[in-house]
Amino acid sequence: MRTHLALLLLFSALVAAVFAVLQREEPRDQLRFGALLFAALVLGAILAGWMLYPLPLGRS
Amino acid sequence: MRATTAAPASALDRPSPHLVCFAAWLMPGAGHLWLGRPRTGVIVLFALLTLFFTGLALGGRIFPFVPSQPLVALAALADLGTGAPYLLAWVMGWGSGQVTAPTYEYGNTFLITAGLLNALVVLDACDIARGRK
Repeated sequence: MRTHLALLLLFSALVAAVFAVLQREEPRDQLRFGALLFAALVLGAILAGWMLYPLPLGRS
Repeated sequence: MRATTAAPASALDRPSPHLVCFAAWLMPGAGHLWLGRPRTGVIVLFALLTLFFTGLALGGRIFPFVPSQPLVALAALADLGTGAPYLLAWVMGWGSGQVTAPTYEYGNTFLITAGLLNALVVLDACDIARGRK
């Protein structure tokens, strides 16, 4: 349970849930916004990880 | 004429914004529960308590207020946003932080995020209580 991915998924789900209920009024809109935010957080973190992969430069 | 007589009655029925803000800070979700938004209140309560206690379980640190270290003081301010769970952790001596734990930074991130999100929740509850939202 304490893997990077599991913690990322848990963190993203909880943060997305709070933002969804704060930013949208209707349950349907909340679900859609929350799912979108969750996907953005997870994919953004994975993308950032890939972009940082070459660092530090010059490692063997 | 009707509107002028009805407005004071509804204003009296509405809870004090200051009390709502304090309740919202003290216990995440309490402000929304008080304002008759149980779904929002329960989701916020569950999400923020899970974030906070997962952060503690991951070895995160409840940062002390050290004015000479601005970043630590800012982290402490963010932690304080969680309200009663923060006070409980402080009284019980939890959150000393295990710097050697691989999940130490994860724990800090969870704890700080819980506090900052609750600050947003407090502002939202205050806006609702004041009739701005």
